[in-house]
Amino acid sequence: MTTLPAPSAKKLGLVIDLDICVGCQACATSCKEWNAQGASAPLTDEDPHGADPHGAWLNRVHTYEVGEGPTARTVHFPRSCLHCETPACVTVCPTGASYKRAEDGIVLINPDTCIGCKLCSWACPYGAREYDYSDGVMKKCTLCIDRIYNENFAVEDRVPACVRACPTGARAFGDLGDPGSAVAKNVAARGGYDLMPEMGFRPTNKYLAPRERRDTASPPQTMTRLADMAAGPEGLEKLFAWVDRVLTN
Amino acid sequence: MHPAYSVIFFTAASGAGYGLLALLGLGAGLGWLPPDRLLGFLGLGLALTLITAGLLSSTFHLGHPERAWRALSQWRSSWLSREGVLAVATYPPAGGLGIGWVLLGRTDGFFAVCGVLAAMLAMATVFATGMIYRSLPTIRQWHQPLTVPVYLALSLTTGALLLAALLAVLGLNASTVVGLAIELLLLTAVLKQLYWRAIDAAPPLATPESATGLGRFGTVRQLDPPHTQANYVMREMGFAIGRKHALKLRRAANILLFVAPALLCVLALLTGGATSALPLAVAVVASAFGVGIERWLFFAEAEHVVMNFYGEPRS
Repeated sequence: MTTLPAPSAKKLGLVIDLDICVGCQACATSCKEWNAQGASAPLTDEDPHGADPHGAWLNRVHTYEVGEGPTARTVHFPRSCLHCETPACVTVCPTGASYKRAEDGIVLINPDTCIGCKLCSWACPYGAREYDYSDGVMKKCTLCIDRIYNENFAVEDRVPACVRACPTGARAFGDLGDPGSAVAKNVAARGGYDLMPEMGFRPTNKYLAPRERRDTASPPQTMTRLADMAAGPEGLEKLFAWVDRVLTN
Repeated sequence: MHPAYSVIFFTAASGAGYGLLALLGLGAGLGWLPPDRLLGFLGLGLALTLITAGLLSSTFHLGHPERAWRALSQWRSSWLSREGVLAVATYPPAGGLGIGWVLLGRTDGFFAVCGVLAAMLAMATVFATGMIYRSLPTIRQWHQPLTVPVYLALSLTTGALLLAALLAVLGLNASTVVGLAIELLLLTAVLKQLYWRAIDAAPPLATPESATGLGRFGTVRQLDPPHTQANYVMREMGFAIGRKHALKLRRAANILLFVAPALLCVLALLTGGATSALPLAVAVVASAFGVGIERWLFFAEAEHVVMNFYGEPRS
Protein backbone atom coordinates (compact mmCIF):
# COMPACT_ATOMS: atom_id res chain seq x y z
CA MET A 1 0.00 0.00 0.00
CA THR A 2 1.35 3.38 -0.91
CA THR A 3 -0.84 5.31 1.47
CA LEU A 4 1.33 6.27 4.41
CA PRO A 5 1.18 4.49 7.76
CA ALA A 6 0.51 6.44 10.95
CA PRO A 7 3.73 8.11 12.13
CA SER A 8 5.85 5.52 13.89
CA ALA A 9 7.29 6.13 17.36
CA LYS A 10 10.58 4.67 16.14
CA LYS A 11 12.18 6.80 13.43
CA LEU A 12 15.42 5.23 12.29
CA GLY A 13 17.71 7.55 10.41
CA LEU A 14 21.12 9.11 9.99
CA VAL A 15 22.69 12.22 11.40
CA ILE A 16 25.42 13.64 9.19
CA ASP A 17 27.95 15.99 10.71
CA LEU A 18 29.20 18.35 8.01
CA ASP A 19 31.75 19.70 10.48
CA ILE A 20 33.58 16.39 10.53
CA CYS A 21 33.06 14.96 7.02
CA VAL A 22 36.28 15.03 5.01
CA GLY A 23 34.72 13.92 1.71
CA CYS A 24 36.73 10.70 1.50
CA GLN A 25 33.86 8.85 -0.30
CA ALA A 26 34.26 5.83 2.00
CA CYS A 27 30.51 5.94 2.85
CA ALA A 28 29.58 6.04 -0.84
CA THR A 29 31.88 3.23 -1.90
CA SER A 30 31.03 0.96 1.05
CA CYS A 31 27.33 1.62 0.37
CA LYS A 32 27.79 0.59 -3.25
CA GLU A 33 29.77 -2.47 -2.24
CA TRP A 34 27.27 -3.64 0.39
CA ASN A 35 24.17 -2.98 -1.65
CA ALA A 36 25.51 -4.53 -4.83
CA GLN A 37 25.33 -7.82 -2.95
CA GLY A 38 22.65 -7.19 -0.30
CA ALA A 39 18.91 -6.53 -0.32
CA SER A 40 19.03 -4.12 -3.26
CA ALA A 41 21.16 -6.34 -5.45
CA PRO A 42 21.99 -5.93 -8.23
CA LEU A 43 23.09 -2.30 -8.15
CA THR A 44 24.36 -2.21 -11.68
CA ASP A 45 26.62 0.07 -13.66
CA GLU A 46 26.30 0.98 -17.31
CA ASP A 47 29.33 1.11 -19.59
CA PRO A 48 31.66 0.66 -16.56
CA HIS A 49 34.87 0.57 -18.59
CA GLY A 50 33.74 2.75 -21.49
CA ALA A 51 33.59 6.45 -22.22
CA ASP A 52 30.40 7.16 -20.29
CA PRO A 53 30.36 5.06 -17.13
CA HIS A 54 27.42 5.59 -14.80
CA GLY A 55 25.39 3.48 -12.45
CA ALA A 56 22.98 3.31 -9.55
CA TRP A 57 24.45 4.51 -6.28
CA LEU A 58 22.44 5.11 -3.12
CA ASN A 59 24.77 7.64 -1.55
CA ARG A 60 26.56 10.54 -3.23
CA VAL A 61 29.11 12.92 -1.73
CA HIS A 62 29.15 16.46 -3.08
CA THR A 63 31.83 19.02 -2.29
CA TYR A 64 30.83 22.65 -2.09
CA GLU A 65 32.64 25.92 -1.66
CA VAL A 66 30.63 28.05 0.73
CA GLY A 67 31.00 31.73 1.49
CA GLU A 68 33.29 34.37 0.03
CA GLY A 69 36.89 35.51 0.39
CA PRO A 70 39.05 34.56 3.35
CA THR A 71 36.10 33.12 5.29
CA ALA A 72 35.08 30.77 2.45
CA ARG A 73 35.15 27.13 3.38
CA THR A 74 34.98 23.74 1.74
CA VAL A 75 32.06 21.58 2.85
CA HIS A 76 31.74 17.91 1.96
CA PHE A 77 28.11 16.94 1.73
CA PRO A 78 26.91 13.32 1.64
CA ARG A 79 23.42 12.97 0.16
CA SER A 80 21.18 9.92 0.40
CA CYS A 81 17.54 9.06 1.18
CA LEU A 82 16.31 11.04 4.19
CA HIS A 83 13.49 8.57 5.01
CA CYS A 84 10.91 11.37 5.15
CA GLU A 85 7.93 11.32 7.50
CA THR A 86 5.52 12.15 4.63
CA PRO A 87 7.39 11.02 1.50
CA ALA A 88 5.74 11.86 -1.82
CA CYS A 89 7.86 9.16 -3.48
CA VAL A 90 5.66 6.63 -1.66
CA THR A 91 2.25 8.16 -2.30
CA VAL A 92 2.84 8.72 -6.04
CA CYS A 93 3.81 5.07 -6.61
CA PRO A 94 1.07 3.47 -8.75
CA THR A 95 1.90 -0.14 -7.86
CA GLY A 96 2.50 -0.15 -4.12
CA ALA A 97 6.14 -1.15 -4.67
CA SER A 98 7.24 1.93 -2.75
CA TYR A 99 6.33 1.91 0.91
CA LYS A 100 7.17 3.31 4.32
CA ARG A 101 7.54 0.78 7.10
CA ALA A 102 5.08 1.32 9.95
CA GLU A 103 7.43 -0.08 12.58
CA ASP A 104 10.55 2.04 12.06
CA GLY A 105 9.82 4.55 9.31
CA ILE A 106 12.28 3.14 6.75
CA VAL A 107 11.26 3.88 3.14
CA LEU A 108 11.78 0.91 0.84
CA ILE A 109 11.06 -0.32 -2.70
CA ASN A 110 9.86 -3.83 -3.46
CA PRO A 111 11.97 -4.73 -6.53
CA ASP A 112 9.51 -7.49 -7.47
CA THR A 113 6.55 -5.15 -8.01
CA CYS A 114 8.29 -1.92 -9.15
CA ILE A 115 7.42 -1.22 -12.80
CA GLY A 116 10.22 1.32 -13.29
CA CYS A 117 7.94 4.26 -14.15
CA LYS A 118 10.39 6.65 -12.44
CA LEU A 119 7.59 8.86 -11.05
CA CYS A 120 8.97 8.47 -7.50
CA SER A 121 12.25 9.99 -8.61
CA TRP A 122 10.35 12.99 -9.99
CA ALA A 123 8.56 13.38 -6.66
CA CYS A 124 11.75 13.30 -4.55
CA PRO A 125 13.45 16.70 -4.10
CA TYR A 126 16.62 15.06 -2.76
CA GLY A 127 17.58 12.90 -5.75
CA ALA A 128 17.55 9.90 -3.44
CA ARG A 129 16.13 7.44 -5.96
CA GLU A 130 18.14 6.23 -8.91
CA TYR A 131 16.95 4.08 -11.77
CA ASP A 132 18.81 0.84 -12.37
CA TYR A 133 18.91 0.65 -16.17
CA SER A 134 19.82 -3.05 -16.21
CA ASP A 135 17.34 -4.15 -13.57
CA GLY A 136 14.54 -1.87 -14.81
CA VAL A 137 13.53 -0.84 -11.30
CA MET A 138 14.23 2.06 -8.96
CA LYS A 139 16.89 1.73 -6.27
CA LYS A 140 17.25 3.64 -3.03
CA CYS A 141 18.90 3.62 0.39
CA THR A 142 17.47 0.83 2.54
CA LEU A 143 19.19 2.11 5.68
CA CYS A 144 20.93 -1.28 5.34
CA ILE A 145 17.89 -3.05 6.66
CA ASP A 146 19.74 -6.30 5.96
CA ARG A 147 22.48 -5.25 8.43
CA ILE A 148 20.76 -3.33 11.21
CA TYR A 149 18.45 -6.21 12.23
CA ASN A 150 20.89 -8.99 11.40
CA GLU A 151 21.48 -10.99 14.56
CA ASN A 152 24.29 -12.94 12.92
CA PHE A 153 26.35 -9.77 12.97
CA ALA A 154 28.39 -8.50 15.88
CA VAL A 155 26.52 -5.68 17.61
CA GLU A 156 28.94 -3.01 16.32
CA ASP A 157 28.26 -4.15 12.74
CA ARG A 158 24.47 -3.74 13.04
CA VAL A 159 24.64 -0.24 11.54
CA PRO A 160 24.38 0.89 7.92
CA ALA A 161 27.50 0.20 5.84
CA CYS A 162 28.11 3.93 5.36
CA VAL A 163 28.14 4.53 9.11
CA ARG A 164 30.45 1.56 9.72
CA ALA A 165 32.86 2.76 7.02
CA CYS A 166 33.08 6.42 7.99
CA PRO A 167 36.62 6.91 9.33
CA THR A 168 35.89 10.26 11.00
CA GLY A 169 32.61 9.50 12.73
CA ALA A 170 30.72 12.02 10.61
CA ARG A 171 27.77 9.66 10.22
CA ALA A 172 25.64 8.42 13.10
CA PHE A 173 22.73 5.98 13.00
CA GLY A 174 19.94 5.78 15.53
CA ASP A 175 16.34 6.33 16.54
CA LEU A 176 15.50 9.98 15.96
CA GLY A 177 12.02 9.39 17.38
CA ASP A 178 13.49 8.76 20.84
CA PRO A 179 14.56 12.07 22.41
CA GLY A 180 16.88 10.16 24.74
CA SER A 181 18.90 8.52 21.94
CA ALA A 182 22.47 9.66 21.29
CA VAL A 183 21.61 10.87 17.79
CA ALA A 184 18.56 12.86 18.98
CA LYS A 185 20.58 14.45 21.80
CA ASN A 186 23.32 15.42 19.36
CA VAL A 187 20.76 16.91 16.96
CA ALA A 188 19.23 18.93 19.82
CA ALA A 189 22.62 20.13 21.05
CA ARG A 190 23.99 21.08 17.62
CA GLY A 191 20.81 22.46 16.07
CA GLY A 192 20.50 19.69 13.49
CA TYR A 193 18.44 20.75 10.50
CA ASP A 194 16.26 19.38 7.66
CA LEU A 195 17.21 19.75 3.98
CA MET A 196 14.70 21.81 1.96
CA PRO A 197 12.12 22.01 4.77
CA GLU A 198 9.99 24.15 2.41
CA MET A 199 9.10 20.97 0.49
CA GLY A 200 7.18 19.77 3.54
CA PHE A 201 8.18 16.09 3.42
CA ARG A 202 9.66 16.20 6.95
CA PRO A 203 12.93 14.28 6.52
CA THR A 204 14.02 11.97 9.36
CA ASN A 205 17.75 12.32 8.60
CA LYS A 206 19.30 15.45 10.05
CA TYR A 207 22.37 17.44 9.10
CA LEU A 208 24.70 19.19 11.55
CA ALA A 209 26.18 22.41 10.17
CA PRO A 210 29.91 23.08 10.23
CA ARG A 211 30.90 24.91 13.39
CA GLU A 212 31.68 28.64 13.23
CA ARG A 213 35.25 29.39 12.20
CA ARG A 214 37.71 30.44 14.88
CA ASP A 215 39.59 33.11 13.01
CA THR A 216 41.97 33.88 15.88
CA ALA A 217 45.72 33.62 15.41
CA SER A 218 47.00 30.13 16.07
CA PRO A 219 48.94 29.76 19.36
CA PRO A 220 52.76 30.00 19.03
CA GLN A 221 54.47 26.70 18.40
CA THR A 222 56.42 25.42 21.36
CA MET A 223 59.70 23.68 20.77
CA THR A 224 59.56 19.99 21.42
CA ARG A 225 62.32 18.72 23.54
CA LEU A 226 64.40 15.89 22.09
CA ALA A 227 64.04 14.02 25.34
CA ASP A 228 60.20 14.07 24.99
CA MET A 229 60.45 12.89 21.44
CA ALA A 230 62.69 9.99 22.30
CA ALA A 231 60.27 8.76 24.96
CA GLY A 232 57.54 6.28 24.03
CA PRO A 233 57.29 3.58 21.38
CA GLU A 234 57.21 5.93 18.35
CA GLY A 235 59.92 8.13 19.79
CA LEU A 236 62.66 6.91 17.48
CA GLU A 237 60.57 7.58 14.37
CA LYS A 238 59.81 11.10 15.56
CA LEU A 239 63.54 11.64 16.24
CA PHE A 240 64.41 10.56 12.71
CA ALA A 241 61.72 12.86 11.31
CA TRP A 242 63.16 15.75 13.31
CA VAL A 243 66.66 15.02 12.12
CA ASP A 244 65.38 14.83 8.56
CA ARG A 245 63.68 18.24 8.88
CA VAL A 246 66.79 19.85 10.35
CA LEU A 247 69.03 18.43 7.64
CA THR A 248 66.60 19.44 4.90
CA ASN A 249 66.57 23.01 6.19
CA MET B 1 13.09 17.31 -17.21
CA HIS B 2 14.12 14.85 -19.89
CA PRO B 3 11.44 14.82 -22.63
CA ALA B 4 10.74 11.11 -23.19
CA TYR B 5 9.27 10.61 -26.65
CA SER B 6 7.04 7.75 -25.51
CA VAL B 7 5.39 9.99 -22.89
CA ILE B 8 5.08 12.91 -25.32
CA PHE B 9 3.40 10.66 -27.88
CA PHE B 10 1.19 9.12 -25.19
CA THR B 11 -0.11 12.39 -23.75
CA ALA B 12 -0.56 13.99 -27.19
CA ALA B 13 -2.18 10.98 -28.93
CA SER B 14 -4.36 9.75 -26.12
CA GLY B 15 -5.19 13.37 -25.25
CA ALA B 16 -6.58 13.90 -28.76
CA GLY B 17 -8.27 10.49 -28.63
CA TYR B 18 -9.99 11.25 -25.32
CA GLY B 19 -11.02 14.69 -26.60
CA LEU B 20 -12.54 13.10 -29.71
CA LEU B 21 -14.24 10.40 -27.62
CA ALA B 22 -15.67 13.02 -25.26
CA LEU B 23 -17.13 15.04 -28.15
CA LEU B 24 -18.48 11.92 -29.87
CA GLY B 25 -20.01 10.64 -26.62
CA LEU B 26 -21.62 13.96 -25.78
CA GLY B 27 -22.60 14.65 -29.39
CA ALA B 28 -24.26 11.27 -29.77
CA GLY B 29 -25.73 11.16 -26.28
CA LEU B 30 -27.23 14.64 -26.42
CA GLY B 31 -28.23 14.35 -30.07
CA TRP B 32 -25.84 16.91 -31.64
CA LEU B 33 -24.40 14.34 -33.97
CA PRO B 34 -26.37 12.27 -36.49
CA PRO B 35 -26.51 8.50 -35.71
CA ASP B 36 -24.58 7.93 -38.93
CA ARG B 37 -23.03 4.45 -38.70
CA LEU B 38 -19.89 5.30 -40.68
CA LEU B 39 -19.28 8.37 -38.50
CA GLY B 40 -19.65 6.19 -35.41
CA PHE B 41 -17.32 3.54 -36.80
CA LEU B 42 -14.59 5.90 -38.01
CA GLY B 43 -14.93 8.36 -35.13
CA LEU B 44 -14.95 5.85 -32.28
CA GLY B 45 -12.40 3.72 -34.14
CA LEU B 46 -10.01 6.67 -34.50
CA ALA B 47 -10.54 7.77 -30.90
CA LEU B 48 -9.96 4.33 -29.43
CA THR B 49 -6.96 3.72 -31.73
CA LEU B 50 -5.31 6.95 -30.59
CA ILE B 51 -6.09 6.20 -26.93
CA THR B 52 -4.85 2.63 -27.11
CA ALA B 53 -1.72 3.49 -29.09
CA GLY B 54 -0.94 6.20 -26.54
CA LEU B 55 -1.49 3.93 -23.57
CA LEU B 56 0.70 1.23 -25.11
CA SER B 57 3.38 3.79 -25.89
CA SER B 58 3.33 4.97 -22.27
CA THR B 59 4.31 1.48 -21.15
CA PHE B 60 7.42 1.57 -23.37
CA HIS B 61 9.24 3.87 -20.96
CA LEU B 62 8.63 1.45 -18.08
CA GLY B 63 11.45 -0.73 -16.84
CA HIS B 64 8.98 -3.62 -16.55
CA PRO B 65 6.04 -3.17 -18.99
CA GLU B 66 4.80 -6.68 -18.17
CA ARG B 67 4.02 -5.50 -14.64
CA ALA B 68 1.97 -2.49 -15.86
CA TRP B 69 -1.26 -4.05 -14.56
CA ARG B 70 0.00 -3.47 -11.03
CA ALA B 71 -0.34 0.26 -11.62
CA LEU B 72 -4.13 -0.07 -11.25
CA SER B 73 -3.85 -0.89 -7.55
CA GLN B 74 -2.89 2.33 -5.75
CA TRP B 75 -5.71 4.69 -6.81
CA ARG B 76 -6.16 5.80 -3.20
CA SER B 77 -2.97 7.84 -3.23
CA SER B 78 -1.46 7.93 -6.73
CA TRP B 79 -2.67 10.06 -9.66
CA LEU B 80 -0.77 7.78 -12.04
CA SER B 81 -2.77 4.84 -10.72
CA ARG B 82 -6.02 6.84 -10.95
CA GLU B 83 -5.17 7.69 -14.58
CA GLY B 84 -4.76 3.98 -15.30
CA VAL B 85 -8.02 3.01 -13.58
CA LEU B 86 -9.97 5.76 -15.37
CA ALA B 87 -8.37 4.85 -18.71
CA VAL B 88 -9.50 1.23 -18.32
CA ALA B 89 -12.94 2.29 -17.04
CA THR B 90 -13.50 4.41 -20.17
CA TYR B 91 -13.46 1.39 -22.48
CA PRO B 92 -16.75 -0.32 -21.45
CA PRO B 93 -19.05 2.71 -21.97
CA ALA B 94 -17.12 3.61 -25.15
CA GLY B 95 -17.68 0.03 -26.33
CA GLY B 96 -21.37 0.25 -25.39
CA LEU B 97 -21.75 3.44 -27.42
CA GLY B 98 -19.93 1.73 -30.30
CA ILE B 99 -22.33 -1.25 -30.26
CA GLY B 100 -25.37 1.01 -30.37
CA TRP B 101 -24.02 3.50 -32.89
CA VAL B 102 -22.17 1.23 -35.31
CA LEU B 103 -24.05 -2.08 -35.09
CA LEU B 104 -27.59 -0.90 -34.32
CA GLY B 105 -27.53 2.63 -35.71
CA ARG B 106 -28.95 3.96 -32.44
CA THR B 107 -27.54 6.59 -30.07
CA ASP B 108 -30.57 7.01 -27.82
CA GLY B 109 -31.59 5.56 -24.45
CA PHE B 110 -29.00 3.23 -22.96
CA PHE B 111 -26.49 4.11 -25.70
CA ALA B 112 -26.90 7.83 -24.97
CA VAL B 113 -26.08 7.10 -21.32
CA CYS B 114 -23.00 5.16 -22.48
CA GLY B 115 -21.96 8.14 -24.61
CA VAL B 116 -22.26 10.68 -21.80
CA LEU B 117 -20.52 8.29 -19.39
CA ALA B 118 -17.65 7.69 -21.86
CA ALA B 119 -17.28 11.46 -22.31
CA MET B 120 -17.11 12.04 -18.56
CA LEU B 121 -14.59 9.25 -18.00
CA ALA B 122 -12.48 10.42 -20.95
CA MET B 123 -12.20 13.90 -19.47
CA ALA B 124 -11.57 12.44 -16.01
CA THR B 125 -8.66 10.45 -17.46
CA VAL B 126 -7.12 13.57 -19.00
CA PHE B 127 -7.70 15.37 -15.69
CA ALA B 128 -5.77 12.60 -13.91
CA THR B 129 -2.94 12.87 -16.46
CA GLY B 130 -2.66 16.58 -15.74
CA MET B 131 -2.78 15.95 -12.00
CA ILE B 132 0.22 13.59 -12.20
CA TYR B 133 2.28 16.64 -13.16
CA ARG B 134 0.31 19.25 -11.21
CA SER B 135 0.74 17.35 -7.95
CA LEU B 136 4.58 17.37 -7.95
CA PRO B 137 5.82 20.23 -5.74
CA THR B 138 9.40 19.50 -6.82
CA ILE B 139 8.82 20.93 -10.31
CA ARG B 140 7.75 24.58 -10.36
CA GLN B 141 6.68 24.61 -14.02
CA TRP B 142 4.25 21.72 -13.43
CA HIS B 143 3.05 22.62 -9.94
CA GLN B 144 0.85 25.34 -11.45
CA PRO B 145 -2.91 25.96 -11.30
CA LEU B 146 -3.02 26.13 -15.12
CA THR B 147 -1.36 22.77 -15.78
CA VAL B 148 -4.58 20.73 -15.62
CA PRO B 149 -6.80 23.25 -17.48
CA VAL B 150 -4.26 23.33 -20.34
CA TYR B 151 -4.25 19.51 -20.54
CA LEU B 152 -8.07 19.40 -20.65
CA ALA B 153 -8.36 22.26 -23.12
CA LEU B 154 -5.73 20.82 -25.46
CA SER B 155 -7.40 17.42 -25.38
CA LEU B 156 -10.77 18.90 -26.38
CA THR B 157 -9.21 21.23 -28.97
CA THR B 158 -7.28 18.50 -30.79
CA GLY B 159 -10.32 16.22 -30.49
CA ALA B 160 -12.60 18.89 -31.99
CA LEU B 161 -10.23 19.39 -34.94
CA LEU B 162 -10.26 15.64 -35.59
CA LEU B 163 -14.06 15.49 -35.38
CA ALA B 164 -14.46 18.50 -37.69
CA ALA B 165 -12.16 16.97 -40.29
CA LEU B 166 -13.94 13.61 -40.02
CA LEU B 167 -17.39 15.18 -40.51
CA ALA B 168 -16.16 17.10 -43.54
CA VAL B 169 -14.52 14.03 -45.07
CA LEU B 170 -17.80 12.11 -44.66
CA GLY B 171 -19.70 14.95 -46.28
CA LEU B 172 -21.67 15.70 -43.12
CA ASN B 173 -22.38 19.20 -41.82
CA ALA B 174 -19.22 20.23 -39.95
CA SER B 175 -19.92 23.92 -39.40
CA THR B 176 -21.07 23.62 -35.76
CA VAL B 177 -18.03 21.54 -34.78
CA VAL B 178 -15.69 23.85 -36.74
CA GLY B 179 -17.16 26.78 -34.81
CA LEU B 180 -16.61 24.89 -31.56
CA ALA B 181 -13.02 24.12 -32.62
CA ILE B 182 -12.33 27.82 -33.25
CA GLU B 183 -13.69 28.72 -29.80
CA LEU B 184 -11.63 25.98 -28.16
CA LEU B 185 -8.51 27.08 -30.08
CA LEU B 186 -8.92 30.62 -28.78
CA LEU B 187 -9.54 29.46 -25.21
CA THR B 188 -6.58 27.06 -25.23
CA ALA B 189 -4.27 29.63 -26.81
CA VAL B 190 -5.12 32.10 -24.04
CA LEU B 191 -4.66 29.46 -21.31
CA LYS B 192 -1.29 28.42 -22.73
CA GLN B 193 0.00 32.02 -22.93
CA LEU B 194 -1.12 32.56 -19.32
CA TYR B 195 0.65 29.32 -18.35
CA TRP B 196 3.90 30.44 -19.99
CA ARG B 197 3.61 33.84 -18.32
CA ALA B 198 3.03 32.14 -14.95
CA ILE B 199 6.07 29.85 -15.19
CA ASP B 200 8.26 32.77 -16.34
CA ALA B 201 7.21 34.83 -13.33
CA ALA B 202 7.19 32.18 -10.61
CA PRO B 203 10.13 32.42 -8.18
CA PRO B 204 12.49 29.45 -7.73
CA LEU B 205 11.33 26.84 -5.22
CA ALA B 206 14.74 26.37 -3.67
CA THR B 207 18.37 27.46 -4.02
CA PRO B 208 21.67 25.63 -3.52
CA GLU B 209 21.76 27.49 -0.18
CA SER B 210 18.38 26.19 1.02
CA ALA B 211 18.92 22.73 -0.45
CA THR B 212 22.13 22.21 1.52
CA GLY B 213 21.13 24.35 4.50
CA LEU B 214 24.52 26.08 4.19
CA GLY B 215 23.17 29.50 3.20
CA ARG B 216 24.04 30.77 6.71
CA PHE B 217 27.70 30.81 5.62
CA GLY B 218 27.16 32.55 2.28
CA THR B 219 26.67 31.44 -1.30
CA VAL B 220 27.03 27.73 -2.12
CA ARG B 221 28.97 26.67 -5.23
CA GLN B 222 29.75 23.15 -6.35
CA LEU B 223 33.48 22.51 -6.08
CA ASP B 224 33.61 18.78 -6.83
CA PRO B 225 30.70 16.81 -8.24
CA PRO B 226 30.05 13.41 -6.64
CA HIS B 227 30.67 11.56 -9.91
CA THR B 228 32.58 12.14 -13.12
CA GLN B 229 29.77 11.27 -15.56
CA ALA B 230 26.12 12.28 -15.42
CA ASN B 231 24.12 9.87 -13.27
CA TYR B 232 20.43 8.93 -13.59
CA VAL B 233 19.32 11.97 -11.59
CA MET B 234 21.19 14.35 -13.89
CA ARG B 235 20.09 12.54 -17.06
CA GLU B 236 16.42 12.52 -16.03
CA MET B 237 16.09 15.75 -14.04
CA GLY B 238 18.97 17.83 -15.38
CA PHE B 239 17.72 18.36 -18.93
CA ALA B 240 17.86 22.06 -19.66
CA ILE B 241 16.82 24.18 -22.61
CA GLY B 242 18.20 27.61 -23.46
CA ARG B 243 15.84 30.54 -23.04
CA LYS B 244 16.20 31.72 -26.64
CA HIS B 245 15.65 28.21 -27.95
CA ALA B 246 12.54 27.82 -25.79
CA LEU B 247 11.05 31.11 -27.01
CA LYS B 248 11.54 30.03 -30.65
CA LEU B 249 9.78 26.75 -29.95
CA ARG B 250 6.96 28.54 -28.12
CA ARG B 251 6.41 30.64 -31.25
CA ALA B 252 6.45 27.50 -33.43
CA ALA B 253 3.93 25.83 -31.11
CA ASN B 254 1.69 28.90 -31.18
CA ILE B 255 1.71 29.02 -34.97
CA LEU B 256 1.23 25.29 -35.61
CA LEU B 257 -1.13 24.59 -32.73
CA PHE B 258 -3.27 27.72 -32.60
CA VAL B 259 -2.84 30.28 -35.40
CA ALA B 260 -2.70 27.95 -38.42
CA PRO B 261 -5.58 25.65 -37.34
CA ALA B 262 -7.76 28.66 -36.44
CA LEU B 263 -7.19 30.28 -39.84
CA LEU B 264 -7.76 26.95 -41.61
CA CYS B 265 -11.00 26.48 -39.65
CA VAL B 266 -12.19 29.93 -40.75
CA LEU B 267 -11.28 28.98 -44.33
CA ALA B 268 -13.28 25.76 -43.94
CA LEU B 269 -16.30 27.72 -42.71
CA LEU B 270 -16.03 30.04 -45.73
CA THR B 271 -15.68 27.27 -48.30
CA GLY B 272 -18.13 24.88 -46.65
CA GLY B 273 -19.23 21.54 -48.09
CA ALA B 274 -16.86 18.82 -49.23
CA THR B 275 -13.99 21.22 -50.07
CA SER B 276 -13.73 22.17 -46.38
CA ALA B 277 -12.23 18.72 -45.74
CA LEU B 278 -8.85 19.80 -47.13
CA PRO B 279 -8.16 22.81 -44.86
CA LEU B 280 -9.49 20.83 -41.87
CA ALA B 281 -7.18 17.91 -42.64
CA VAL B 282 -4.23 20.31 -42.88
CA ALA B 283 -5.35 21.85 -39.57
CA VAL B 284 -5.24 18.39 -37.94
CA VAL B 285 -1.71 17.77 -39.23
CA ALA B 286 -0.50 21.22 -38.13
CA SER B 287 -2.01 20.80 -34.67
CA ALA B 288 -0.40 17.35 -34.32
CA PHE B 289 3.05 18.88 -34.87
CA GLY B 290 2.08 21.83 -32.68
CA VAL B 291 0.95 19.72 -29.76
CA GLY B 292 4.12 17.62 -30.11
CA ILE B 293 6.25 20.75 -29.71
CA GLU B 294 4.03 22.02 -26.89
CA ARG B 295 4.35 18.75 -25.00
CA TRP B 296 8.13 18.54 -25.64
CA LEU B 297 8.47 22.06 -24.20
CA PHE B 298 6.29 21.10 -21.22
CA PHE B 299 9.03 18.65 -20.24
CA ALA B 300 12.08 20.55 -21.50
CA GLU B 301 11.15 23.77 -19.66
CA ALA B 302 10.39 21.94 -16.42
CA GLU B 303 13.13 22.33 -13.82
CA HIS B 304 13.55 20.00 -10.87
CA VAL B 305 14.70 21.23 -7.44
CA VAL B 306 17.21 18.38 -7.12
CA MET B 307 19.51 20.15 -9.57
CA ASN B 308 20.26 22.66 -6.82
CA PHE B 309 22.51 19.98 -5.31
CA TYR B 310 24.46 19.91 -8.58
CA GLY B 311 25.26 23.59 -8.41
CA GLU B 312 22.68 24.48 -11.02
CA PRO B 313 20.27 26.90 -9.37
CA ARG B 314 16.97 25.85 -10.90
CA SER B 315 13.27 25.76 -10.33
